[in-house]
Amino acid sequence: MPEALKIGTPKETFPGENRVAMTPDSARQLQKLGYSCLVQSGAGTAAGFSDQAYEEAGVEIVKTAASLWKKADIVTKVRPPDDKELGYLAKGKTLISFFNPGGNADGLDKAKASGANVIAMEMVPRISRAQKMDALSSMANIAGYRAVIEAGNNFGRFFTGQITAAGKVPPAKVLVVGAGVAGLAAIGTSTSLGAITYAFDVRPEVAEQVESMGAEFVYLDFQEEQQDGAATGGYASVSSPEFREAQLAKFRELAPEMDIVITTALIPNRDAPKLWLEDMVKAMKPGSVIIDLAAERGGNVEGTVQDEKVVTENGVTIVGYTDFPSRMASQASTLYATNIRHMMTDLTPAKDGQVNHNMEDDVIRGATVTYEGEITFPPPPPKVQAIAAKSKEKPKELTPEERREKEAAAFKAQTKQQVSLLAIGGLAMLLVGLVAPASFMQHFIVFVLSVFVGFQVIWNVSHSLHTPLMAVTNAISSIIILGALMQIGSGSLLVILLAGVSVFMAGINIFGGFLVTRRMLAMFQKS
Amino acid sequence: MEFGFTTAVYVVAAVLFILSLGGLSGQESAKRAIWYGITGMGLAVVATLIGPGSGLWLLSLVLIAAGGIIGYYVAQRVQMTEMPQLVAAMHSLVGLAAVFVGFNAYIELGNVLAMSEEERHALEGFAAILAHKSPVEQSILKVEVFLGVFIGAVTFTGSVVAFGKLAGKVTSKAEKLPGGHMLNAGAAALSVLLLILFVNDAGIWTLILMTLLAFFIGYHLIMGIGGADMPVVVSMLNSYSGWAAAAIGFSLGNDLLIVVGALVGSSGAILSYIMCKAMNRSFISVILGGFGNTTGPAMEVEGEQIAIDSDGVVAALEDADSVIIVPGYGMAVAQAQQSVSELTKRLRGKGKEVRFAIHPVAGRLPGHMNVLLAEAKVPYDIVLEMDEINEDFPSTDVVIVIGSNDIVNPAAQEDPNSPIAGMPVLEVWKAKQVFVSKRGQGTGYSGIENPLFYKENTRMFYGDAKASLDKLLTQIG
Repeated sequence: MPEALKIGTPKETFPGENRVAMTPDSARQLQKLGYSCLVQSGAGTAAGFSDQAYEEAGVEIVKTAASLWKKADIVTKVRPPDDKELGYLAKGKTLISFFNPGGNADGLDKAKASGANVIAMEMVPRISRAQKMDALSSMANIAGYRAVIEAGNNFGRFFTGQITAAGKVPPAKVLVVGAGVAGLAAIGTSTSLGAITYAFDVRPEVAEQVESMGAEFVYLDFQEEQQDGAATGGYASVSSPEFREAQLAKFRELAPEMDIVITTALIPNRDAPKLWLEDMVKAMKPGSVIIDLAAERGGNVEGTVQDEKVVTENGVTIVGYTDFPSRMASQASTLYATNIRHMMTDLTPAKDGQVNHNMEDDVIRGATVTYEGEITFPPPPPKVQAIAAKSKEKPKELTPEERREKEAAAFKAQTKQQVSLLAIGGLAMLLVGLVAPASFMQHFIVFVLSVFVGFQVIWNVSHSLHTPLMAVTNAISSIIILGALMQIGSGSLLVILLAGVSVFMAGINIFGGFLVTRRMLAMFQKS
Repeated sequence: MEFGFTTAVYVVAAVLFILSLGGLSGQESAKRAIWYGITGMGLAVVATLIGPGSGLWLLSLVLIAAGGIIGYYVAQRVQMTEMPQLVAAMHSLVGLAAVFVGFNAYIELGNVLAMSEEERHALEGFAAILAHKSPVEQSILKVEVFLGVFIGAVTFTGSVVAFGKLAGKVTSKAEKLPGGHMLNAGAAALSVLLLILFVNDAGIWTLILMTLLAFFIGYHLIMGIGGADMPVVVSMLNSYSGWAAAAIGFSLGNDLLIVVGALVGSSGAILSYIMCKAMNRSFISVILGGFGNTTGPAMEVEGEQIAIDSDGVVAALEDADSVIIVPGYGMAVAQAQQSVSELTKRLRGKGKEVRFAIHPVAGRLPGHMNVLLAEAKVPYDIVLEMDEINEDFPSTDVVIVIGSNDIVNPAAQEDPNSPIAGMPVLEVWKAKQVFVSKRGQGTGYSGIENPLFYKENTRMFYGDAKASLDKLLTQIG
């Protein structure tokens, strides 16, 4: 067996980045896959994981980044590698990290030249099987939560409405623009803090999710645009100018009422759309807070400054931080490390500490941006659609009138059927009556009535009692014994013999049938 | 005793019989209703014994008592899994009795007609009725006798074959002689011819020959029907035994026989109808045997059958809140109902919701599964019909399918080309997880693949149903 590969995690070089791509817990899991783990000294300190904790988890501590990159066969990181780190790449090494392949052509080229395989975590396709390694979602979830906390930090009032001895406090009104993962997390946090929360998204199908989180979905009076999120892999796409106008008009209307606005609108591989314009910011009340989660891509809000907090002339605070996950480094590291660990699980189907980079696998292929000296970005579209296509139209709800009409029609049909059956039956009876003698008709009437009674009675028999029904009908069909009893007094010996046998057989049936029915019925017990 | 008294007693008996059937609408009222039936039967027999026309009542009583002892013995000893056989065997007795009584009626008619005018006046009872019949009425009587004997004879051999199939003494496969249904049709046509001859006084040989033909039809018809269609067959025979009694009632001029025969006949007819509807097949196609032709190639089944061991099933059961058990004929064959009941009791003891889903044609007799579960002391209020429980499958954690196949086959809904397309089935595949307890990888009675076994949420728990369940019981405390 070849020697187990080594997975190493260096300290993040990006200023202010507190996260780390391997935690002691994830290291334990990785070792179960057959790998041995390395970590650069101090890599986890900012996220609250000491070198000692790593050592206890069986991770080898390496002093410098250079020696870690040299020793490790697989390097896991959070932020895209910088130039120096790209220089460490070599053939046979695998890098798993955020890579921003769409805006990092330089990095891609360098990685390609080195011959290393690079898996970009943001490229994990959005299919259900890959959810466990979807780092964008896990990070967005944190960002959404943190955005509300950050807003609260800068907002001078309560979220929840209260009636106190010192007077009434109105609840804060929060608008979340973009109901993706971050948006939904923000909605959930905001509603649980007690704020009245509104949410908007260009994809009307998310309205249900929004409402399930306790927020109110802001609908536009706009017919044309019906974006199908399923067609674009679950992400939003660019909207038409008319739609944009309708959207902005709605925001303008909402702006004066809102205390907190959280914007999360991003379109993959494009600059963030400007949705909250200067006049809306101006229309807001002093003391209001805007959190722009799209600041890294230029921001949704006019006036956002990346990585800074600014206060406008009319007293509105605009927060443009881009490091929300890093501000919750311990939580973010745990989740990210788990995403990485799941990715490694998929890369190691045999659990033997060897990477099996299967380019046939949708998820692995999608996330791989360079493979054996080739740039494999952008990937082919995923075969599995992210969200099931829109469900077929529901059967139309009937209005009360329609339902009544339908019932009336059914009643009419039933009446018609019954009447015609009765008519046919009556006619047939009459015809029989015309030819048959009276003595026959007398019995025939009895017969017809009995069949009728039989049908009426038997339909009510419970399904579970069908076997007892058969046994009891069996017993009473032995009524044939009456015929035999009447004949047994005959003078003919043959008749007496046949009648005698019949009486005997019917006797078996009567007793057997009734007794077995009784036995069965006694067994039926209620709990 | 006066004739009027007997008639009055017959009315009371008829009412009691109707009440005893009507009482079967609920488990509790049924326990009372059975006594109505017994009383009605007792009254009818006593009234006939002391009424006009009967003789040799001591012999009659002895014979009834002798039959009664055998009946008692059988009723006490029979296993609930053997109920289908017992019911079939009892049908055959009624059929044969109808044949004999029919023959007697004809012989008596001959005797009476041979008598002189004075002798006829001296007759009483049944013979007296015959004596006063006009020639037209005699012809009608002959038709009635003929019909009664015919139906009785078909019922007799048919029930004997059904008994053999259900008891495993005759192969349960559908088997036909060369010529198939043409043989039956030929025999039936010949019987009609014999009927015409018989009415025109051709003599008793026509009746005897027809009886033999009817015996053949009964035998051949039921031989051509497979094991899983037995619910329909048994209820059909049930219906026939009623019609035979009614026909004999006509020929004897006895209204109580007519009433009871009609009640039993319509009851059996309704049961057959319910069974056929539950299989989405017409009565004719069941009787003619075999499944209809498909209109196209069956849907390809994708995936594989994944087996699971008892540990996995136990773990899933421990986690589940709601469990539905779907029993089938396989449970009866393996005699696993006691183990099922024990499992149910333990799961319920842990606060889990356990219910049973019963398809109308599960087992070999209408309501067979209900009786088996009742015997094993499963409370009847957790045993539900298909229509009552089908909507609950999506919210169910675990479904255990024990020894059933076609009644849980999703192809009935998903594959329009399937031979069972359109048959109402239990939608077990909608549950979160399905375990199928099954002997091996075979197809069901209809011989069609069951896509359920290949579904992602289905696990196959191979082995004898009883052994498998007992293994579960050792692991569930």
